[in-house]
Amino acid sequence: MARFTPENLVLAQEILSRYPRKKSAVIPLLHLAQEQDGYVTNDAMANIAELAEVTAAEVIGTCTFYEMFKTHPVGKYVINVCTNISCQLLGGEELLEHLEETLEIRSGSTTADGLFTIEDYECLAACTEAPCMQVNYRYFHRISNDEVDEVIADLRSGKLADTIPDHGTLQRVRQTIPADKLAGVHAPETVVDAPAWMSRNEPVLAARAAAEAAAKAAEAVEEKKAD
Amino acid sequence: MATNAYVPHAAGYVDNEGPKIVSSRFVHEDSYTLERSLATGGYEGLKRALTKAPIEVHDEVRSAVLLGRGGAGFPAGIKWGFCPPGKWPMYLVVNGDESEPGTYKDRLLMECDPHQLIEGCLIACYALGLSQCFLYVRGEMALAQERIAAALNEAYEANLVGKNILGTDFSVDVVLHWGAGAYIVGEETALIESLEGERGMPRLKPPFFPAAIGLYGQPTIVNNVETLANLPWIMVNGAEEYKKFGSETSPGTRLFAISGHVKRPGVYETEQGVTTFSDLIYGDNFCQGMRGDDELKMFIPGGASAPWFFPEQVDLPLEARPVGAAGSMLGSGAIVIMDASTDAVKACLRVVRFFARESCGKCTPCREGTTWEETVLRRIYDGHGRPGDVEMLLDIADNISPGPYPGAAWEAEGLEAIPFPPKQTTICPLGPSSVAPITSAVRRFRHEFDAKIPQRTSIPVTAS
Repeated sequence: MARFTPENLVLAQEILSRYPRKKSAVIPLLHLAQEQDGYVTNDAMANIAELAEVTAAEVIGTCTFYEMFKTHPVGKYVINVCTNISCQLLGGEELLEHLEETLEIRSGSTTADGLFTIEDYECLAACTEAPCMQVNYRYFHRISNDEVDEVIADLRSGKLADTIPDHGTLQRVRQTIPADKLAGVHAPETVVDAPAWMSRNEPVLAARAAAEAAAKAAEAVEEKKAD
Repeated sequence: MATNAYVPHAAGYVDNEGPKIVSSRFVHEDSYTLERSLATGGYEGLKRALTKAPIEVHDEVRSAVLLGRGGAGFPAGIKWGFCPPGKWPMYLVVNGDESEPGTYKDRLLMECDPHQLIEGCLIACYALGLSQCFLYVRGEMALAQERIAAALNEAYEANLVGKNILGTDFSVDVVLHWGAGAYIVGEETALIESLEGERGMPRLKPPFFPAAIGLYGQPTIVNNVETLANLPWIMVNGAEEYKKFGSETSPGTRLFAISGHVKRPGVYETEQGVTTFSDLIYGDNFCQGMRGDDELKMFIPGGASAPWFFPEQVDLPLEARPVGAAGSMLGSGAIVIMDASTDAVKACLRVVRFFARESCGKCTPCREGTTWEETVLRRIYDGHGRPGDVEMLLDIADNISPGPYPGAAWEAEGLEAIPFPPKQTTICPLGPSSVAPITSAVRRFRHEFDAKIPQRTSIPVTAS
């Protein structure tokens, strides 16, 4: 359990195939693991290490550096409230306080029913729409305390299940590259020559070199005349 | 198709009067689809580029003086020229890890017009002979990821990306890669580390910049989303047309995000060097004045890393050079406006706390310094400050970024200049960025700090 399911293993192999070095896929694979289990389990990290051909310690090292990866279970809905400067000016901190009081937890913790986790977050890039928050990385702009209560009620009743997937799912639309349309993944050691289209430069460069040589020759003639 | 029922299309973008280069499609509800893109001239720039030799495309971009929109403002055409000749393969990494507080132009560009960005990537790849393109999108931007994924799928289907694009010998893959929440990854070398599956810690540079040694040790071009989004327009209309907008040293338009205490905060596209901060804040075409017509106290001109500006600097034009000469930077085009009700200590603490949280921990002056800055500021704000705390703050700041730096506007006021651009004892500019709010706030609002520090009288010591 908690290793990749057969379906996810297929997805994982597809992700791995897009990178010249397998280790590059570690972050996307960690996201896939989080999507599967809601958080990143130790087994998943061991599985990723095997797939990416690195040590499990390297995967843990990468995983724990990034804020979005949770190594312990979190709520079904992770609520990020922005309290950075633009939102702070317009009530981001008050919004966070209101949420803490409503859900009766401190930011950084999860409600007893495992439904909500609140986080005091850094800039969410919706600064002109302050105060803003995200639920499972889906935006809510210029949100008032009453609207927050409404959103919480809707999340509890399952009304928003279509709009907001469970924690861990980022992309409901995935990139898929059809095999016949793939230009090719270029590992550094396999490529020595310039790509094909760069040969189009040759006539231009030749013409430029010729023009330069002609200019030089004309200059030389001018100089001779001056002498 | 991915949508968010709670947030309207292109929320925050204000369609004001003026030339539009990158945001022209934002007004359409379906601006992110291939259909709309093709109907409004999408991929025309790529077709135009494919009729030229790669070097001619590069020359066009160089003569357009397209300045990098990520923060440093370095001309993209010149940056492209730093790649060592004959070292293959080369890669393109698109920096979509937008997390600078106050900034949100790239998110709009990725959510509302992903095809424009993809086209820009393809033009860059064609011009330089880049083998593969990685589109690094910030992890928190789920909608942007979905939109780009959908757009890439459409583009692959239409033979606009991938093998033999539009039936030519030009083949390149664009791969969507996404981060996982780390501000430092916006630094180009940290971005490359992260893309290699490592912790996002910056690499030492100089001597080797990514253009020489980057992803997998190969020459790598790292460009901001907005920079690349300009390329299709330049290809269609030419560098000469592009230079008709903006000023001579900063041609073109830019997206500016103005947030905080103004009547109509939003993202505005406007010409560089022509519009001033004052136009942005008070102009009818822009923010329409301060909220409640309050007095302007201070503003951040270019994201949290930039030293603050005050009312006497509102008439500066939105252009990198004059803003730099006045002792700050235009950075990522994020302007945060604060009115008289703002507590300078609180604002300073919040910005410093951001840097303390986001420090990657590689360099000691930044890891320890930013944490101490936050600790000391926190106790001043909470009313537990000690005499000498402000001097200590400046001393910590000086250890991360030794100053002072001559030539700033502060000298006119008889104040010591703010060290900007910062000298640094760290590998990347994150640590020195934390110094900017402290030096700005302390030098201007010293009285606010002092008022928060309790004045203690000495307790007489009695012999027992």
